[in-house]
Amino acid sequence: MRRDIVTSVIGILVLTVLIGLVYPLVITGISQVAFPGNANGQKVYVGGKLVGSKIIGQSFASPVIGKNGKPEEKEEELVTEPDPRYFQSRPSATEGGAYNAAASTFSNRGPNDKATEEADAENIKAYLELEKPYDPGLTAAQVPVDAVNTSGSNLDPEISQANAWIQAHRVAAKRHLSLGVVDGLISKYTDSRGLGFSGEPGVNVLELNLALDRLAGGTH
Amino acid sequence: MTFMGWLTIILFAVILTALALPLGSYMAKVYTGRRVFLSPIFAGPERFLYRILRVDPEREQDWKSYAKSLLIFSLAGWLLLYVILRTQNAFFVPHALNPLGYHSAPWNVTFNTTSSFLTNTNWQYYGGETTMSYLSQMLGLTVQNWLSGGVGIVVAVALIRGIIGRSGKSLGNFWQDLVRTVLYVLTPISVIGALLLVSQGVIQNFSTYLTAHTVTGLSQSIAMGPVASQEVIKMLNTNGGGFFNVNSAHPFENPTGFTNLVEMLLVLIIPAALVFTYGRMTGNRRQGYAIYTAMMVMFLGAAAVAYIAEAHGSPAQHLAGLHTHVISGSGGGNMEGKEQRFGIAGSALFDVVTTVTSCGAVNSAIESFTGIGGAVPMANLSASETIFGGVGTGLYSMLLYVLLAVFIGGLMVGRTPEWLGKKLEAREIKLAGLGILITPLAALFCTAMATASHGGRASISELGKGPQGFSETFYAYLSQANNNGSAFAGYTGFVQPNAGSVGSHGVTFADLLGGFDMLFARYAPILFALAVAGALAGKRVTPGGLGTMRTDNPTFVVLLIGVVILVGALTFFPALLLGPIVQGLSGHLY
Repeated sequence: MRRDIVTSVIGILVLTVLIGLVYPLVITGISQVAFPGNANGQKVYVGGKLVGSKIIGQSFASPVIGKNGKPEEKEEELVTEPDPRYFQSRPSATEGGAYNAAASTFSNRGPNDKATEEADAENIKAYLELEKPYDPGLTAAQVPVDAVNTSGSNLDPEISQANAWIQAHRVAAKRHLSLGVVDGLISKYTDSRGLGFSGEPGVNVLELNLALDRLAGGTH
Repeated sequence: MTFMGWLTIILFAVILTALALPLGSYMAKVYTGRRVFLSPIFAGPERFLYRILRVDPEREQDWKSYAKSLLIFSLAGWLLLYVILRTQNAFFVPHALNPLGYHSAPWNVTFNTTSSFLTNTNWQYYGGETTMSYLSQMLGLTVQNWLSGGVGIVVAVALIRGIIGRSGKSLGNFWQDLVRTVLYVLTPISVIGALLLVSQGVIQNFSTYLTAHTVTGLSQSIAMGPVASQEVIKMLNTNGGGFFNVNSAHPFENPTGFTNLVEMLLVLIIPAALVFTYGRMTGNRRQGYAIYTAMMVMFLGAAAVAYIAEAHGSPAQHLAGLHTHVISGSGGGNMEGKEQRFGIAGSALFDVVTTVTSCGAVNSAIESFTGIGGAVPMANLSASETIFGGVGTGLYSMLLYVLLAVFIGGLMVGRTPEWLGKKLEAREIKLAGLGILITPLAALFCTAMATASHGGRASISELGKGPQGFSETFYAYLSQANNNGSAFAGYTGFVQPNAGSVGSHGVTFADLLGGFDMLFARYAPILFALAVAGALAGKRVTPGGLGTMRTDNPTFVVLLIGVVILVGALTFFPALLLGPIVQGLSGHLY
């Protein structure tokens, strides 16, 4: 009994130092040398300013400016509206505004909840309002699921290709580009399946939008 | 459903088997003390650890002595983890390791979290990036991610030794088994795995949270941390406690379709390999193949049902007017709570991988799965970790079912049941029966307590109306009893603080009931498994005759699957009917 206690106490302390300090520090050291970009979150800079992480989704909505010239707030969250020049990410329900990457959360919308149905219906309506003027044939039945359903993390960096192809009509019109150019960029920023079979292809929204900006700025 | 989706499920099973076979024979060598190719690296550290731990690795332990070492070591780990979590913002914690100055959670949440990580459950009544310091994640949670899994593995090894032991009562030496597990099995896979994950985009740093200024004039705060080192062991040891609140759905934990595949393989590799280790150590590899086949059949069945259900979509989607079939450029299906890069198949398969084992990591919101899709993880949990199961726990749980199956088979042919040449008698059967029933008992008792009391109802989420609320509750205690840790995440035992504010606030009833649920359903079966090992250890081996029922042929595989499903169904069917099945069979909204 006594021997077990002594060994247990020494054991847990020694192993805590080895596993809890040495191991993560060694992994951090190697990672920072071998894969510094990945280890630090694939930061994306524009003109020296941090605009986000390549693999963390973000909102492409702009703050609504109120009558007093200041951004409007409602229940301590900024009121925003989608910026039509940009591809829009999936709906996000994080607290403190969409795509709060300091507090990831599941939406926990049940399959048989009225609230889920209402949220879906509302998102379909908003999607059609935004896209239909530029894609007149669009109906609710054609809206891709990922454009309406919130993701697991609520930080999904990607949208489906179907979703991007619909939005391309609006973005092309707003930016005075041909649909072919925009669709070309969509293909360029579509991540393929892992090893050719694992997962689904997805379009990285931040990369795609930044590429559009570069096109406009003539620095492409 | 798509061809690629089905291909993912099939290829996963093939790759898993191809990797588990060599690892299984490697582990058999490690636990029988033979030289392996890593011996030149780890023999020195192994001897060094024995010396400072003051352990004589040659000292043989019977089952009681083995169990005593295990329990005392676990208690020491529990106390240290509790202290670490409760002193999160104490004066001696360097700022760099708690850059956001998070306070500790209150005692009730910490009791739950500590019990959760000790028991390999990793149920989380906290949100990682909003409540935990980097130091707590590393020094507290990562350490138990290693050790709780290690403890599970050594119990399985001890049980195998009891089954094959021909003389004496020895099950080996707990400390030797634990040290070898940590050095020879967990260290190499963790180091390589962590670096592989970083190379694909999992982060590993001690930076403070970033603030980005987006092109549309918004600002975004982005959580950071030493994620990869914890992520790999969280999967490998079937722990499942995410660094971030949304676990493996978070792009920093699981950035691509490829990492999703790697993480699923990490979860199942040791549980699958241990089955082959068992075959090797019994001297008849077919024994391992038979159990593996039974597990794989049930696993693929669960994966197929989950995939079909999720690809079909949910009543809420359909009533809102969404079309959920596959179209060009979109896989369709129930994408609520699922990430684009994993898609339906990658999410459904991940869910099955982590709920047949005791992993409980999630890459999608189980609460948002369709009724039938959500019934799959519950059915997996109802099988009490026999379908691969947790590291070690899976094998010893399944071996208890094998014992039961042999007994039932013996009754059917009217002979004294024999297993690997040993006669099974009343004592072993009683112990195995208790070991099998204890987990379901804990799960159902706690669910009943929680649904019948005011204290329990406080934890059901606002959205959890009708059967969904029952599903949340049932899942919570079923998951904790099976040391799984996945959740219908609407169910809560804490109130999430705003980022940067002081600690979370606990719901004492849920924290305590869940904590005891986990502790009881972890250590009681361990004791029964070790007691079975002790009872079998000294038995004489008699060569099998014509009338001996074989345990390595297809007939036995079918019998074993039947026993697992029958026990699970008889125990849990009424509860499953009240929750997910009601939802799955009706298109009704609540």
